[in-house]
Amino acid sequence: MRASLFITCYNDTLYPETGRAVVRLLERLGVVLEFHPKQTCCGQMHANTGFRGEAFSQAKRFVRLYQEAETVVIPSSSCVAMIRDQYPGLMDELGTDTLRKEFDELLPRVYELSEFLVDKLGMDDVGAYFPHRVTYHASCHGVRALHLGERPYKLLAKVRGLELAPLENVDRCCGFGGTFSVKNAEVSSAMLAVKLQDIVATRAEYCTALDNSCLMHLGGAMHRQFAGMKTIHLAQILASTEDSPAEAVL
Amino acid sequence: MSSTASGHAQLDPRLALPFPEAVLPVLRNPQLRKNVAHAIDVIQTKRAKLVLEKTDWQALRTAASAIRTHALENLGAYLEQFEERCTAAGGVVHWAADADEARKIILDLLRQENASEVIKIKTMTSAEIQLNPYLQAAGVDVFETDLAEIILQLGNEEPSHIVVPALHINRSQVREIFARRMGLKGLSDDPKVLTNAARTYLRQKFLSVSTAISGANFLIAETGAVAVVESEGNGRMCLTLPKTMITVAGIEKVLPRLQDLEVMLQLLARSATGERMSPYTSLWTGVTPGDGPQRFHVVLLDNGRSAMLTKPVERQTLKCIRCAACMNACPVYRQTGGHAYGSVYPGPIGAILTPQLMHMEYSQSLPYASSLCGACYEVCPVKINIPEVLLELRSQVVNQERKQLTRIFDPMYLGLLIANLLFAKAWRFHLAQRLGRVGLKLFTRKDEWIHSLPNLGAKWTQTRDLRGLPDETFHEWWASRAKGAK
Repeated sequence: MRASLFITCYNDTLYPETGRAVVRLLERLGVVLEFHPKQTCCGQMHANTGFRGEAFSQAKRFVRLYQEAETVVIPSSSCVAMIRDQYPGLMDELGTDTLRKEFDELLPRVYELSEFLVDKLGMDDVGAYFPHRVTYHASCHGVRALHLGERPYKLLAKVRGLELAPLENVDRCCGFGGTFSVKNAEVSSAMLAVKLQDIVATRAEYCTALDNSCLMHLGGAMHRQFAGMKTIHLAQILASTEDSPAEAVL
Repeated sequence: MSSTASGHAQLDPRLALPFPEAVLPVLRNPQLRKNVAHAIDVIQTKRAKLVLEKTDWQALRTAASAIRTHALENLGAYLEQFEERCTAAGGVVHWAADADEARKIILDLLRQENASEVIKIKTMTSAEIQLNPYLQAAGVDVFETDLAEIILQLGNEEPSHIVVPALHINRSQVREIFARRMGLKGLSDDPKVLTNAARTYLRQKFLSVSTAISGANFLIAETGAVAVVESEGNGRMCLTLPKTMITVAGIEKVLPRLQDLEVMLQLLARSATGERMSPYTSLWTGVTPGDGPQRFHVVLLDNGRSAMLTKPVERQTLKCIRCAACMNACPVYRQTGGHAYGSVYPGPIGAILTPQLMHMEYSQSLPYASSLCGACYEVCPVKINIPEVLLELRSQVVNQERKQLTRIFDPMYLGLLIANLLFAKAWRFHLAQRLGRVGLKLFTRKDEWIHSLPNLGAKWTQTRDLRGLPDETFHEWWASRAKGAK
């Protein structure tokens, strides 16, 4: 099995450890990985702020760069949702027939990480070991755009040593919302406060998710408030084993 | 007692503050936030339970969406059919292109009736056209009869929700308003006592006022009927005692067949109030001799709606049946309540409807009043893809901004234009990452976190830290690993 990684802009810049964990995990499972050094961004930030033309240029770049890929794996549910939900509209409005055709052929080969593991590789036990109490933040795009459903829970259930703490109001938004977190910073912060109450009430050591954007928002507030809890991408939990534990989380 | 019809002046999109500013006093008001979150959670819990028991819920949604889409695609024909059937049954149909025309038609009708007082069934459409202050200024006393609307009218408050307009007010605040405005001493905050006070107040109006105004939940093209659902029975009173009924309804409210109500009413009651059926569902067709109002008028309001019909993405906004499920599910609305939206239509549906009713000349901040979490789309009984419309409207706002050269001084706007140039070429992006790493070092503390940033960054760091940029990006790591492997 060959897979091409798309490590989107903010993961490349801010959370390279998530990308490294994906590499460690998938190579352990026998996947041959490729990474295109020219990749940058999926265009979500532009599309969600109303810059459709700009978003389309990122979309076009993605399609062109990855058209040869056997499969594309993306450890960010909102970036996958961008590709699945918004690229078709952008292609219809601004794309050429050739580009639309290339995109239509590529789209079924694009996977979010937990989809790739559970659906494509048919695995839920990836041999991970993470002896901590963990709660899972389901992320809006994971729940309502990608319909990830039980996939992340199946993966978490098979992690040895991991104690999963259920999260109240698990499908409620954390308030990040991309540029919303800055354009409407005060409402975003109010939503964050409510979400953090539920997360802290789990008494978990770690809050995990399949999207570092929510985790940047939640983890930033945990750090500010000395909440005694950290955020960690699910890839890092799944990459961790007895012999090779997760990289230290800041 | 003189009435002070709630003017909804603060909810005029032309005068409203942008959403991010309007929320500030709300977010710091613990009473209001508690009232809103409590009310929302009660409705949400009831709704969730009743939706679960409907095994055909998704099929109902699909059917409702199809009915509404079909009605809108053939709106002209169905409206003409409605006019024909309603007229045949003794009603009079009036067409209003905008709010001003609708208000004038209604006032003229009231003048013909020599009406100096009017009672009203709760109607959002009349709030949209700011009918109460207009009639009040023309010397007509307006009396709301819906309990929540009475609370707002007597308390000189603004509606904050389209189904439960006084949800931001709790019962001790209701007690205070009633005691003050009805002159009742020693009134308790027992809901029964408060309801009785309202009932006594209302009885006088029902018995003495002979003209009523209503909205419509649905207009039935096939029969020319108007349908209204409500919880309290005050609407039913307005439909029986007065001599004249004037209904004001948006042109999009039309359903092709009477049978379509079967689908709509199952969805509406569960979505709106978490009930299997609304306690009162009233249908009336024209005039029936010896029964109910003997003069009946329908004012069909366009007010920007037909312009929306021509646009493929935005058109779905008109499928709305005003159940408010989207605002009840919205995590933004749960924090802010309705007033901050500066419109009688708050929440996600307001965020897409209001700017369009305003022809995108006002309320440009509303399409951004959403984290795009998708909860609204998930609950919408007629499957309006609200996030999709929000994004469409955001792109229209940006296209307006592109024409304003001064936008270049807006750090977010400029930042996104620059980011686009960076993402276009990997070398530019990588150079920016290296520069950013050096630049942000200035703000990074010994704990490797950033606690405070200037300018736009302060919007982030006012409540959140940001981890400092790591020394190596993923692509740098990948490259050095590949080199090491060789």
